[in-house]
Amino acid sequence: MTAMPLPKDHYDVVIIGAGPAGLAAAAVAGKAGLSTLVLDENAQPGGQIFRAITSTPVQRRDILGDDYWRGENLVAETRAGGAVIVQGATVWSLDRDLQIAVSLLGQSQIVKARRVIIATGALERPFPIPGWTLPGVMTVGAGQTLLKSSGLVPDGKVVLAGTGPLLWLYAAQVLRAGGAIDAILDTTPRGNYWRALPYALPFLMSPYRAKGLALMREVKRKVRVVSNVTSLAALGGDKLDAVAFSAGGAEQKIAADTLLLHQGVVPNVNLANAAGVAHRWDERQLCWVPVLDADGNTSVPGIAIAGDGAGIGGALAAAERGRIAAVAAVEALAPGKKSLTPDRSELSNTLRRAELGRAFLDVLFQPAQQFRLPEGDTIVCRCEEVSAARIKETIALGTEGPNQLKAFLRCGMGPCQGRLCGLTVTEMIAQARGMSPDAVGYYRLRPPVKPIALKELASMPHSEQDEKAVVRG
Amino acid sequence: MFKRLPDTQGAAVAVTIDGEPFNAREGDSVAAALLAAGRSYCRETPVTGAKRAPYCMMGVCFDCLVTVDGIGNRQGCLTRVEDGMRIETQHGKREARA
Ligand code: FES
Repeated sequence: MTAMPLPKDHYDVVIIGAGPAGLAAAAVAGKAGLSTLVLDENAQPGGQIFRAITSTPVQRRDILGDDYWRGENLVAETRAGGAVIVQGATVWSLDRDLQIAVSLLGQSQIVKARRVIIATGALERPFPIPGWTLPGVMTVGAGQTLLKSSGLVPDGKVVLAGTGPLLWLYAAQVLRAGGAIDAILDTTPRGNYWRALPYALPFLMSPYRAKGLALMREVKRKVRVVSNVTSLAALGGDKLDAVAFSAGGAEQKIAADTLLLHQGVVPNVNLANAAGVAHRWDERQLCWVPVLDADGNTSVPGIAIAGDGAGIGGALAAAERGRIAAVAAVEALAPGKKSLTPDRSELSNTLRRAELGRAFLDVLFQPAQQFRLPEGDTIVCRCEEVSAARIKETIALGTEGPNQLKAFLRCGMGPCQGRLCGLTVTEMIAQARGMSPDAVGYYRLRPPVKPIALKELASMPHSEQDEKAVVRG
Repeated sequence: MFKRLPDTQGAAVAVTIDGEPFNAREGDSVAAALLAAGRSYCRETPVTGAKRAPYCMMGVCFDCLVTVDGIGNRQGCLTRVEDGMRIETQHGKREARA
């Protein structure tokens, strides 16, 4: 980990995020001779998918699998390219002048870029069920992080619930590592299989099919899998004791110490949104995605987005989109260096292959309405502890959009800044008012997009211009 | 509850959790160390005092807030353990935010 303040305060390209997209972009930009800075919040490069790739204590390579270890090459390639990668760096503001405010070791500073590539990836979709705030309930992604970074597997009675490829991948990894899972509660709605059928052909030709089926078979041999689960609740007082669910019309309850939830991933839009980048609602992925051209350029000149933050496409697609955005940056800033970059049309072809079958997965694993639109006492906003019922009542009073709701109920105002309630709130308003999510809109976000201590702000070296960057965002 | 895989590599890192000594592992985040130590929660919410434990492990949910070496509201999942680190769970309603 780089423990010093940033070596310079201006770069040709600043890339935010060191997952597959950010690393691949940095490799291309660095190799073409652009001064390239990667700012990443984590202690190690890799993002979520290649988390702890340079440091994982998990020795047996079969546990995490080949798709994980592919990250090693990517990190090596990026390092060889000459980009500066800074870990532990939290970007909390980006503005239209391409000024970036970053917090590093408790100190904030401003860097100026000629081009910015946002590669902040995805986060797990909110899964608001009764009791999802209880200790003992975590996301599947969180479980996977514990495995990759620390060699930890869940102990005691373990239940996984939800839908999507990550659920099965993680289950397989835990089993290979020697862990045990008591039950998997599969919430994939039965009707999705029919709805996904029109998209099946490209999926059948994609590598996902064979891999996905093999994973599910591997897991189903060892774990009790309950399909068509239509309701879920985490039960307990100060911590999780049991999971209640219904499947096939019958209510059941199983004791549990750990419940890991997952219903897909969605783009992490906060930084782009606060920078003023235009987004649209994606009907198939049921989330906000930035409006982009084929090079990944956003509505804000000089800012591109690559990777899952541009719309969910998976690790392979993320890396290709990173390379494409970097080639565009080289073309814009140093056209003479173009020969040092990979062939653009080849990148597009690889991207197309990597995206094959994605539409099928999107529809097949679309979470059911009851797991996106909670009712009653179920908490929607974890930070401010706002229930679904209170949100519904307030919508009924005539609340027009998420921002007004935020002003009334404080939902979305806590430190997570709507990352775990924003989609739910938009969809709840859309449903109640019979509007499209696009018409409802999202929280208007402002920097800092991550909480920064006041004294850190106050101690920033600032010129008048810096101040404007912070104040205006 | 989480347990360490038997063949996990990495040196021990001695920390204290609410004053009790615990051997974390090199590369652990503070949140991972708390879970490995069998701590069922790390804070109480400022609004209702409900107990919370790390949820996302990727810096998004802020349910892993703890006091580290005397500094409150640190994101446990983004902070790595270091030798001698003092980790404290956060209690009480608003007190931790003062
Ligand atoms: S566990 Fe979610 S922010 Fe740390």
